[in-house]
Amino acid sequence: MSLGRREFLAWGTAATAGAALAPVISLVELAQARSPEEAASSLRRWGLLIDITKCADCDECVTACHTENGVANNGRPRTDAQWIRKVNLRDKRTAVAQTLPLMCQHCEDPPCVDVCPTGASFKRDDGIVLVDKHTCIGCRYCVMACPYGARSFVHETVTGQRPDVPRGKGTVESCTLCVHRVDRGDAPACVEACNRDGGKAMLFGDLNDASAEIHRRLHAEPSAQVRADLALDTGVRYQGL
Amino acid sequence: MTPTQFREIEGRSGGFFALLCTLVLLVLAGLGAAWHMEHEGHHVTGMSNRIVWGTPHVFAVFLIVAASGALNVASIASVFGRDLYKPLARLSGLLAVALLAGGLSVLVLDLGRPDRLIVAMTHYNFKSIFAWNIFLYTGFFAVVAVYLWTMFERRMNSHSARAGLLAFVWRLVLTTGTGSIFGFLVARETYNSALLAPLFIVMSFSFGLAVFTLVLMASFRGTGRALGDALIARLTRLLGLFVAAVLYFVLVYHLTNLYIARHHEVERFILLGGGIYTALFWIGQVLVGGVIPLALVFRPGASRSRTAAAAGCVIAGGLAQLYVLIIGGQAFPQALFPGKEVASSFFDGVVASYSPSLAEIALGTGGMALALALTVVGLKVLPFLPQSLSDAAIDPAET
Amino acid sequence: MNRIAVALLTLLLTFAGLAHPNDQRAGRVAVPVVKIEKSGTCVAPTEEMRRDHMKMLFHQRDRTVRQGFREPRFSLKGCVECHASRESGSVLGKEGFCSSCHAYASVKMDCFECHSSSRHQGPVGARR
Repeated sequence: MSLGRREFLAWGTAATAGAALAPVISLVELAQARSPEEAASSLRRWGLLIDITKCADCDECVTACHTENGVANNGRPRTDAQWIRKVNLRDKRTAVAQTLPLMCQHCEDPPCVDVCPTGASFKRDDGIVLVDKHTCIGCRYCVMACPYGARSFVHETVTGQRPDVPRGKGTVESCTLCVHRVDRGDAPACVEACNRDGGKAMLFGDLNDASAEIHRRLHAEPSAQVRADLALDTGVRYQGL
Repeated sequence: MTPTQFREIEGRSGGFFALLCTLVLLVLAGLGAAWHMEHEGHHVTGMSNRIVWGTPHVFAVFLIVAASGALNVASIASVFGRDLYKPLARLSGLLAVALLAGGLSVLVLDLGRPDRLIVAMTHYNFKSIFAWNIFLYTGFFAVVAVYLWTMFERRMNSHSARAGLLAFVWRLVLTTGTGSIFGFLVARETYNSALLAPLFIVMSFSFGLAVFTLVLMASFRGTGRALGDALIARLTRLLGLFVAAVLYFVLVYHLTNLYIARHHEVERFILLGGGIYTALFWIGQVLVGGVIPLALVFRPGASRSRTAAAAGCVIAGGLAQLYVLIIGGQAFPQALFPGKEVASSFFDGVVASYSPSLAEIALGTGGMALALALTVVGLKVLPFLPQSLSDAAIDPAET
Repeated sequence: MNRIAVALLTLLLTFAGLAHPNDQRAGRVAVPVVKIEKSGTCVAPTEEMRRDHMKMLFHQRDRTVRQGFREPRFSLKGCVECHASRESGSVLGKEGFCSSCHAYASVKMDCFECHSSSRHQGPVGARR
């Protein structure tokens, strides 16, 4: 079979156009919500940027998170789960005070994933660190390993779970970056609440997407990781720390 | 040397049944405690989101560490060729298996979802030292079972030395794994040290021998069999050596930390201002678990009661040591923001409170009772114990 | 001797057969209540659903949790939305779609210790 001149030209043009368009198409796709039939992609890395100079003396993010995820307060602070908490800092020498929200930092190399015997603690392709509660045996080794105290063990029977957020006694849980919201194209509940009722300190986005605001700011302004000395490459970054 | 005669224990006396009944009751209490914890959830225990491993883990780790140590007596006979210890090898293997079974039961029953044990057996993350330990523990049962078989079955006796060597290597790896569960925790100042693996190995030598010596003395006394002074003296001296080794490793561990500025606060916590943990460290671990047994063992003139007291002290001190290590290590706050004071609703920056609940203690002692009950039943159904260990029966020339 | 044994066996089998009919069994064990309140078809034929629903759920659960697929077809949430009872709004309870059958078959379900068993949207208005 020989290719005619005309066909050759036609194929060639199409191929060139395709090659030129491909990156554009993928960019457009990244900017949109993923379809339900699509898997989480390793091209993305979801993350947060928190400017603690703007972090107000409120706990809108905490309330919003625990409402969204059905994390109830049983009046037992030692054993109640906390997916996100406000941490108050005071410099030991200068007494300068700061406040910031702390949650799972969604590490690139998460210690909780390394230590989990069954592989229930895992990192999704798009960088979100999760607990597969179907295989979690409740050994709490991940709680021992987490440098941020981000994980909670469910100490008692849970009722009234949210349909998108299964939770149950005897397993470990932590911030999911509101994976059910992220998967339908929304920002996590804490970010939404902070920008609506709080200090507008939190920004959510794809750290790999050059067109995203979070990417632009991380590349233009200084930022820090909590316990950067552990070299875990966290997905949550702070400014003004 | 005449070949040692082994014989099952009678197991028909009132004392035997009283002992067995007590142990079974303790095991049942442990099971009840576990059911209560699983049914209500762990909020009924002293454990919390800051102290996730509590008293059950102190007992479980003690039993697992002591299990590998209890096998040492057999190893000394078959790996290091000391014939004096050969008659003790069977009991050593039995105790190793029983103690490990007791420890693992506690560990499993404390899980948040013990019903998912099958998941732990079918899903593995090979980067996890915990997953490796599952293989090391189950393998230990198999290796020791084979080792015992080579001792019991006359045709297999010639393979006993090789099986013993395998068991010895396996138990070293196993204790390394147990120590590394803590040693590999990068994020906690109180652990995060390669020294924990060898420390756990010497701890296992010491705790295991203490348990072994007590069980040996009690079973010989209970069955009225002869136990020679020379053998007791030998075991006692060895125990003293191991206790000293544990103290040495603890000393090196703390000296290293005292040299590193960022570990100063945690050292101040354990050694000076940590309340119950400081008290348990100095009084429980160092005094009762170290200094007193050394004094008892190395003071001239031996007696059985002194040996038993020393072994008891080693066990009590060992439990105190693991309490300080496991619970004290978690109670001390993690360094989230070095150089800053931290406060939050999650008890960041403060020493976490913990008091063991009755259920946790019942579960832990239930594990210990299970180990002893398995030993007692083992002694009754199979010939683990020598007929006599009098000085004349074992070769007195072998020193 | 043999003949007697055969006769005895036949007699036994006859009684066993007589004891079998459903009405007698139903007296001891409640027959499951399978009420399909919503019109329309399920995601697969009934026979297939009866036999393989847990396989579908298992498969979908791993796809969703691990890889982030969110196809609605085999999602547990979808099952609950459709099959929750009109009165209680739940798939559990005495006449619950899931629980009554599982109680009858004596198969333990572990889904709803964590997952919500109630309908949260839809026309019935059983919101909690």
